[in-house]
Amino acid sequence: MSRNDSKYFSTTKKGEIPELKEELNSQYKDKRKDAVKKVIAAMTVGKDVSSLFTDVVNCMQTENLELKKLVYLYLINYAKSQPDLAILAVNTFVKDSQDPNPLIRALAVRTMGCIRVDKITEYLCDPLQRCLKDDDPYVRKTAAICVAKLYDINAELVEDRGFLESLKDLISDNNPMVVANAVAALAEIQDNSSRPIFEITSHTLSKLLTALNECTEWGQVFILDALSRYKASDAREAENIVERVTPRLQHANCAVVLSAVKMILQQMELITSTDVVRNLCKKMAPPLVTLLSAEPEIQYVALRNINLIVQRRPTILAHEIKVFFCKYNDPIYVKMEKLEIMIKLASDRNIDQVLLEFKEYATEVDVDFVRKAVRAIGRCAIKLERAAERCISVLLELIKIKVNYVVQEAIIVIKDIFRRYPNTYESIIATLCESLDTLDEPEAKASMIWIIGEYAERIDNADELLESFLESFPEEPALVQLQLLTATVKLFLKKPTEGPQQMIQVVLNNATMETDNPDLRDRAYIYWRLLSTDPEAAKDVVLAEKPVITDDSNNLEPSLLDELLVNIATLSSVYHKPPDAFVTRAHSSAQKTEDDDYPEGSESESSANPANGPASPPTSSYTIPASVAPASPPFAAPVPDLLGDLMGMDNSSLVPIDQPTTPSGPPLPILLPASTGQGLQISAQLTRRDGQVFYSMLFENNSQVPLDGFMIQFNKNTFGLAAAGPLQIPQLQPGTSARTLLPMVMFQNMSQGPPSSVLQVALKNNQQPVWYFNDKILFHVFFTEDGRMERATFLETWRSLPDSNEVSKDFPSIVIGGVDATVELLATSNIFFIAKRKNANQDVFYFSAKMPRGIPLLIELTTVVGNPGVKCAIKTPSPEMSQFLFEAIETLLRS
Amino acid sequence: MPVAASAVYFLNLRGDVLINRLYRDDVGGNMVDAFRTHIMQTKELGTCPVKQIGGCSFFYMRISNVYIVIVVSTNANVACAFKFVVEAVALFKSYFGGAFDEDAIRNNFVLIYELLDEIMDFGYPQNLSPEILKLYITQEGVRSPFSSKAAERPVPNATLQVTGAVGWRREGLAYKKNEVFLDIVESVNLLMSSKGVVLRCDVTGKILMKCFLSGMPDLKLGLNDKIGLEKESQLKSRPTKSGKTIELDDVTFHQCVNLTRFNSEKTVSFVPPDGEFELMKYRITEGVNLPFKVLPTIKELGRTRMEVNVKVKSVFGAKMFALGVVIKIPVPKQTAKTSFTVTSGRAKYNAAIDCLVWKIRKFPGQTEPTLSAEVELISTMTEKKSWTRPPIQMEFQVPMFTASGLRVRFLKVWEKSGYNTVEWVRYITKAGSYEIRC
Repeated sequence: MSRNDSKYFSTTKKGEIPELKEELNSQYKDKRKDAVKKVIAAMTVGKDVSSLFTDVVNCMQTENLELKKLVYLYLINYAKSQPDLAILAVNTFVKDSQDPNPLIRALAVRTMGCIRVDKITEYLCDPLQRCLKDDDPYVRKTAAICVAKLYDINAELVEDRGFLESLKDLISDNNPMVVANAVAALAEIQDNSSRPIFEITSHTLSKLLTALNECTEWGQVFILDALSRYKASDAREAENIVERVTPRLQHANCAVVLSAVKMILQQMELITSTDVVRNLCKKMAPPLVTLLSAEPEIQYVALRNINLIVQRRPTILAHEIKVFFCKYNDPIYVKMEKLEIMIKLASDRNIDQVLLEFKEYATEVDVDFVRKAVRAIGRCAIKLERAAERCISVLLELIKIKVNYVVQEAIIVIKDIFRRYPNTYESIIATLCESLDTLDEPEAKASMIWIIGEYAERIDNADELLESFLESFPEEPALVQLQLLTATVKLFLKKPTEGPQQMIQVVLNNATMETDNPDLRDRAYIYWRLLSTDPEAAKDVVLAEKPVITDDSNNLEPSLLDELLVNIATLSSVYHKPPDAFVTRAHSSAQKTEDDDYPEGSESESSANPANGPASPPTSSYTIPASVAPASPPFAAPVPDLLGDLMGMDNSSLVPIDQPTTPSGPPLPILLPASTGQGLQISAQLTRRDGQVFYSMLFENNSQVPLDGFMIQFNKNTFGLAAAGPLQIPQLQPGTSARTLLPMVMFQNMSQGPPSSVLQVALKNNQQPVWYFNDKILFHVFFTEDGRMERATFLETWRSLPDSNEVSKDFPSIVIGGVDATVELLATSNIFFIAKRKNANQDVFYFSAKMPRGIPLLIELTTVVGNPGVKCAIKTPSPEMSQFLFEAIETLLRS
Repeated sequence: MPVAASAVYFLNLRGDVLINRLYRDDVGGNMVDAFRTHIMQTKELGTCPVKQIGGCSFFYMRISNVYIVIVVSTNANVACAFKFVVEAVALFKSYFGGAFDEDAIRNNFVLIYELLDEIMDFGYPQNLSPEILKLYITQEGVRSPFSSKAAERPVPNATLQVTGAVGWRREGLAYKKNEVFLDIVESVNLLMSSKGVVLRCDVTGKILMKCFLSGMPDLKLGLNDKIGLEKESQLKSRPTKSGKTIELDDVTFHQCVNLTRFNSEKTVSFVPPDGEFELMKYRITEGVNLPFKVLPTIKELGRTRMEVNVKVKSVFGAKMFALGVVIKIPVPKQTAKTSFTVTSGRAKYNAAIDCLVWKIRKFPGQTEPTLSAEVELISTMTEKKSWTRPPIQMEFQVPMFTASGLRVRFLKVWEKSGYNTVEWVRYITKAGSYEIRC
């Protein structure tokens, strides 16, 4: 029988659907079967064949198993869109679930569980009950998974009908596959529930470990994964468990091996005997290495996991570094991960071999890989003191090849090496300076400049070298400008001769007058002030001894590492992120426990990536070392008094900040305090009135002179906000104030670069210098008045947007007290209430809003009214705005 | 959670959906659009097989001209997912009788849907053994003309076998002649420096078995590996016979092998699936016999000329020979003209891969043919960067030779009816990634 299904994809020109309809109702079996195949083919290529629903369902009652399966497949896809018609299929399902053929019984239950229509679910319970007790293990194993499906649709129903108990009974089933599926189902249900449902006692543990021997490979994975969270009571029990799991390491299935490794690593924490631990490490190494001969994708997963494992147990693979040498034809993602592990395993014993490899990689074709190889040499130098000199000589050899990106990368890492071993390897500076003019990447330039500044006293022509950079100062990126500024100051302090003095004038002028970068300006003012008041103090500050860095940049925090090791083989271990950092749809009940882990206000981000936090010590090897770390000011915070002081306005700090009687309306946040503004205090906020955005401003003159001639300018910003007209403020007499509403327009002066909610404002008047302050743009002022949506439109929009456009965030400390008040509050900001539903003990609210240019925004809030914790999910065609949307919603809910 | 997938897509290289199957409700039906726009149509493609887009993660693999994409929204078991794809492809191949590509999928889409329904439930992989599935999913794939016998009648107690303890073999098989074929296939991976120092060298071997045995036989395999032999002599309290023993670094077994027994007694005992399967894989790093030594000398004479001399030495027995030997010697991109002489085989310059390709169909042991070539280059003033010199790569097959020295000592077949079995053993060594830096 030679058959070729591809013919079903070919279409006839004239009306396809009516033709199919006709064929589906044909009296001939074969014709009907062919027609259903055509329908499935059409469904696969994305055509909408839902209108054939009744006709397809009519073919369901058939003896032909193949045809039945096709109809079921169709039902899984379209039942949701035709819930009323889906009921037509129920009878057949129920009948099939009692068929004498176990394959059909199982098929019916399996398919019913995939149809998420309430009406069908009601009818599923009885057949499911029967099937859980079926004589045939094939039916039971299918029913076990079906309980998990039902729990996902309606958890209460599962609990009410006692399915959980039946499922637990299946753990003692005599068929291993039934046991494995029951374990998988229970583990999943437990994951989504806050109540203890599936608790592993030492009794179940031992029963399941016995079942391991007889399970299919996948069943072994289910069981090992479920058991990996079991906490052994003492070292002896742990050793026992490990002994029974170790044989799994020899399995050909990589998933079984990784799950076994996960379980062994967990139990090892409890084992005290060093002999046992050493022995286990020895046993785990070969299987891990063998994973590297699998398909490259599996290698990648294995390598990401090995990366975690060697951080916890470096001895396991200490002698296996050779297997991580890159093959020429390895895919780039495998090479990059191998490199990372090679750095971790590099030791005084193998460094010579490793360096030879790195050097070889540094001459390959792929630029990213080459850069990483060069960086790897630097990191080895920082890690292994005794090998540092050899590493440097390899770097110097590479610099001599004169491949531009190799040279630049080498200079970046040499800067780090200087910070790790100060006053040791400065003799190579001369060689570095030879490549000065080839540098064109900001990081490399900045590194080179740092080196020149730091060692200015040893470089005879340091002033000439720096001067060559100064010509292009205004065009340089911020990173380079900051380094140039600091390096010039260092040079001046070390060699206070005429040349450097002129240079410093030029730099300070440039950095204070010609720039709109507040970081640069602030730093320049600090230096200026320091130099002019107390050069000795300047020396103490700028030339202070820097702490020595260590290479821990790529090691994870122990608590995070613990969490990741529990998740070996899963996505979490591949991303090196805890699961809740990327699983956005955590189920409602699971959410609660997560909130407990993170006390109010703290964000999960901060624990995931401590290196970027403001509190991290300045020792990370990849921060450009600066004598004075520029602390980026928090948004919307008043400009610190320091600046006013530095600018030499001695009396300004004496001016009392007395709160003037504010006119009606809510108080506006103070953006320029009187102490900074020489007595001028400015409060402002963006607001929306009558469908337009305004900048509501309050000017208070606490100085001794009348102020006039006010003008305002907004810097380029993400939303392109700009003033729609001139600022109209009359002359302000001392002690008086004025309010104004400045109309604003959007999309005028858009900034490129990453989106940011910072609005930089410059304001001047005829009497004072120009004032700069930062405001934070609150996104809700942009929501337009026509954002209300019909329920149907809402649903349709929600559905039409891909899931990748959905983002969610938790506000753990927010409480929604009154529903009506919240709805009203949001409505004033043009966020409109659509619907509300109850999900278990939680309320889910739906809102719609519209952003400028007619972009719709759909919001879902999930909370328990009166209790802290709100989960906010948004869906919009432009998810890149989500960060602002969350900020806006959070602010609104807090107020 | 051991969930492996919420949805599986099969796409062709253009990104058209060939097959899609949703297993869970937590990912939308149109996720494949996100994959197309964020991965397929960008430089991302091929840079990382696991990728997060929005709230979903994508795992993908390319197999011939098909992308298989798995979508999840939970913390899924990635290892499980990739292994599932690999096994599923093997299953499809066994149904189609060989190829797995876009055409095969289109020609068999109904069958694939049926299989996908069977091998994964709610994202959990179920039984993927071809032997068992063929008992009750009897639709024939559209096979290539050279494929073997047609499927037999469905067996009534299929369901018991799917879930049975021996979930890979059905009962009641009967053969007139009971035969077992063992193939020991080894790939040698080598990385050698230009000075002839072995930087990395290992052998990954596999034992492929083809069983045509009646009933439910118990098999026991004995190899000349060190641990197995030691254990045996321990048990029989007899000193190990002299002769070469091999130290296996690691072994992994097909699911039919009793692992607990292997762990305690170091014997490989199993009830084999019917037909062809991979019994075990092993890895060896110590005492590898390299079949070939390559001695390259490449001299760059000024900017426009290069002299290449490569000598390849076969170090296996003089009576043996290697087949299909290909040596790829890289030359710079700006090669203009080449001229060469070889003492054996044929060579030509292949501009598409920037290599001199030297082929020797039959390569006897203990010989050392050479290639000497002169390469003229187009002189380019702009090319500041020197040539990066990729490694020389080599392909070969040496029948009746194992780089590890591994030998099958015995294969015992025991079945209650007590029939006699004929056993056949073959050895072959191939090149894995055999690279010599120059």
